[in-house]
Amino acid sequence: MRNSTKLIILSVFAAVFCAVYLFHDLNGSFDYALPRRGIKVIAMALTGVAIAYSTVIFQTITHNRILTPSIMGLDSLYLLLQTVVIFFLGSNHITIVNKHVNFILSVSTMVVFALILYRFLFKRGGQPIYFLLLVGIIVGTFFGSISTFLQVLIDPNEFMRVQDKMFASFNNVSGELVWWALGIVILTFIIGWRAFNDLDVLSLGRDTAINLGVSYDRVVKMMLVISAVLISVSTALVGPITFFGLIVANLSYQFFKTYKHSVLIAGASVMSIIALVGGQWVVERIFTFSTTLSVIINFVGGVYFIYLLLKESRST
Amino acid sequence: MIQVRELSKFYGKKAVVEKVNVNIHRGKITSFIGPNGAGKSTLLSMVSRLIDADTGEVLVDENHVHKMKSNEFSKRVSILKQSNFMNVRLTIRELVSFGRFPYSRGKLNSEDLRIVEQAMEYMGLMDMQHDYMDELSGGQRQRAFIAMVIAQDTDYILLDEPLNNLDMKHSVQIMKILRRLVDDLGKTVVIVLHDINFASVYSDRIVALKDGRVVKDGLTEEIINSDALKEIYDMDIPIKRMNNCNICVYFNS
Repeated sequence: MRNSTKLIILSVFAAVFCAVYLFHDLNGSFDYALPRRGIKVIAMALTGVAIAYSTVIFQTITHNRILTPSIMGLDSLYLLLQTVVIFFLGSNHITIVNKHVNFILSVSTMVVFALILYRFLFKRGGQPIYFLLLVGIIVGTFFGSISTFLQVLIDPNEFMRVQDKMFASFNNVSGELVWWALGIVILTFIIGWRAFNDLDVLSLGRDTAINLGVSYDRVVKMMLVISAVLISVSTALVGPITFFGLIVANLSYQFFKTYKHSVLIAGASVMSIIALVGGQWVVERIFTFSTTLSVIINFVGGVYFIYLLLKESRST
Repeated sequence: MIQVRELSKFYGKKAVVEKVNVNIHRGKITSFIGPNGAGKSTLLSMVSRLIDADTGEVLVDENHVHKMKSNEFSKRVSILKQSNFMNVRLTIRELVSFGRFPYSRGKLNSEDLRIVEQAMEYMGLMDMQHDYMDELSGGQRQRAFIAMVIAQDTDYILLDEPLNNLDMKHSVQIMKILRRLVDDLGKTVVIVLHDINFASVYSDRIVALKDGRVVKDGLTEEIINSDALKEIYDMDIPIKRMNNCNICVYFNS
């Protein structure tokens, strides 16, 4: 089967899932339920595409298929930020109650953190990308430990609010923020689009890419910034879904078996939409909200992560 | 001509390459030889801008390397390193097609396709063009990478130890192909070699490095003599003439 056929079939599936989610059991409530469901679908599609896109480009520039930008400390920074704000300012402070303020604060903190991290590492010059990964993981663990420490000390009622932030949820996404996030994601596609061919060459390794005339440092920096922005936006919008990027990126590699990033990114994005919209429908209708989607995703993703690790260790 | 001027590279305070001046002449095979750690690969990597030099400059046909756009540079000079790590599964044909990237940015036209076919034909890879790279033997892999470099169609081709891990038959095959590239197509080849006899038999010029400096630079006949080799390798190496080739008998010296 050709890759374009596969993409079309997946897109049809995604569209069907979206339609089912939107119209199932609607009971003619076009004015009330439909717009609310619509916002949720857009938020899920947006998050899915952002995570898929950022994970694929991140894995290409870091030459690995297991680590994702979330693992680079961005998820734990988000949690630390929320914990610190609630710990010091209380859960009724404007930065928690007002979703816009919280969104802007979270996105800017995460992007600034990523830029400082990359800038510091690139300024030293000649640091291999593995050093960057190592620093990211250590910093992430550090943030996680501080968060846990503060959560232990916090008032139990306040801790409930922190816990809300610890798991991704599509149930109370603000409509206005979705449009802002949509704008940012579209912008990253416009900027990144022209470099997709360069990414194809980057998967041949640094030396070959430079030999073939790719401005390696420029492309890598641009892609790191794009992936940081995307992960920040999606995390600030719905919360952290650590293992999701890992699942969809690897499924896309296995399903499409190509080096072309235009196909890989499109495929991973469509798969994300199917997983999130389909999964959310199952959570709402079959589990009747007795669990959340991110719990299921992290369970499935965690199992898949272990499978990938075992497979890698066998093959080498 | 590639001109290397006062090129140095330091790792910490230790100079790996120190104030190297070399000219690489057009239409010749130039071999870089020398003991391990002499800085041969580092020098080649700096010339091909895989790593940045700390001081000095490189000129390709009178152009400063750092003033050239990377895309323009990649149409003039190509480099093949000894280990080629790949994160993706490619067929030979897909890999060779990547050689056209500087010209086509991934969208191959009929001219590109013709050159890709020609390169595979040249390296005798047409029968297995749809085989995957990870299923090939060492010699076939190396040929596929050289085919990619041929498709890149640069005047200068730099190779870092292309004979590593190859048996005698494949080593000779690769060296004959490089000789043909120079003689038939007018390319300029620079090659890092460990086996002094391949350098002696196939190259026009030899540059010998030791401790990051150039100790000898000249025509092959001038370098392949016992006195010069003594200076380069600290070994007494007798030289025997057989079949019109100078062979260094270093095995029991």
